[in-house]
Amino acid sequence: MSQVLFFIAAIGALVAAGAVVLLRNAFYSVLALVAHLVCLAVLFLLLRAEFVAAAQVVIYAGAVMVLYVFVVAYIGDTDEVTAGSGVLRILGPLFALALTVELLIALLGSGLSGITGKGAAYRTGFGTPAHIGRLFLVNYLFPFEVASLLLLVAAVGAVVLARRRRGTLDLSPEMEAFATELRPEFTGTTAEGVGIRRVYRQLEAANARVKRISESGGVDEPDDAEQPAPTGVTAGTATPPDVAADTHDAEEER
Amino acid sequence: MSIGWYLAVSAIIFGIGTAGVLTRRNPLVILLCLELMLNAGNLALVAFSRMYGNEAGQIFALIVMVVAACEVTVGLGLLVAISRRKLPIDVDKLRELNG
Repeated sequence: MSQVLFFIAAIGALVAAGAVVLLRNAFYSVLALVAHLVCLAVLFLLLRAEFVAAAQVVIYAGAVMVLYVFVVAYIGDTDEVTAGSGVLRILGPLFALALTVELLIALLGSGLSGITGKGAAYRTGFGTPAHIGRLFLVNYLFPFEVASLLLLVAAVGAVVLARRRRGTLDLSPEMEAFATELRPEFTGTTAEGVGIRRVYRQLEAANARVKRISESGGVDEPDDAEQPAPTGVTAGTATPPDVAADTHDAEEER
Repeated sequence: MSIGWYLAVSAIIFGIGTAGVLTRRNPLVILLCLELMLNAGNLALVAFSRMYGNEAGQIFALIVMVVAACEVTVGLGLLVAISRRKLPIDVDKLRELNG
């Protein structure tokens, strides 16, 4: 039974790993990596590492992969196909193959007597959360604390790296006041999120449209003296350019 | 199954990850392939832990997971910063460090 399970999980892990490398769409690569991690968790269970398997599924396949999916959705699909120069395209896989053979020789030819066996005799509670927790808090307390500090540093670093940067475009003071004051309605937070350059572009587009409509409103004015209707038209048609500019930017980002 | 089978699977996964790092150009996929390599290392650590009946290898594997999570966080933060500055998402074109 455990042999069947091992071969299913091992073949699944290898196929999924190959799919991560070979698939062209980055989103599918992420999904293949999730499948790979789940197969590896099965292998960990077969090796009686219950807590590591649970952490693998919950933290890796759960949390970290969600982060990946979000970033893939943010960046969008890049039309990346193959490696650059011709020599490297051949040398890369060759080097990887050589490394694999070397690793196989080093691991399987190491002459360790335990490699052909099924491992040490099973002790009760081997690899359970209770044992791992005790080891972490008694024998390996210092690595545990260092790991928590490392996580904190990484979180701060990610926030610093991915924060939005204002002022990528040099604006004259009156233009900047214009950009911050005459922001289109309901676009505030999004516009701030992507920086001032896009706000400036959107405002330019919206402004051009408003001017044209006011001119036509001046022409229309003698026909019907009703004033609220033209302003309603300007208010109503001033928003579509923003939407158009927004979708245009979104397309540009992709 | 004997421990050698697990080690063989681990070595092959490591090789696949190396091939991905060397041939792909999208930094996101390169990060994914780095994950593959780290996971191959984890599998070998857990297999050796089973072989010796010592849980220290599993502790090591958990610490490797923590380091991998940190690496992913910083790498994806860099990627978001790159895409926000409208630079090409391609390691062949991102050659210069001066921005």
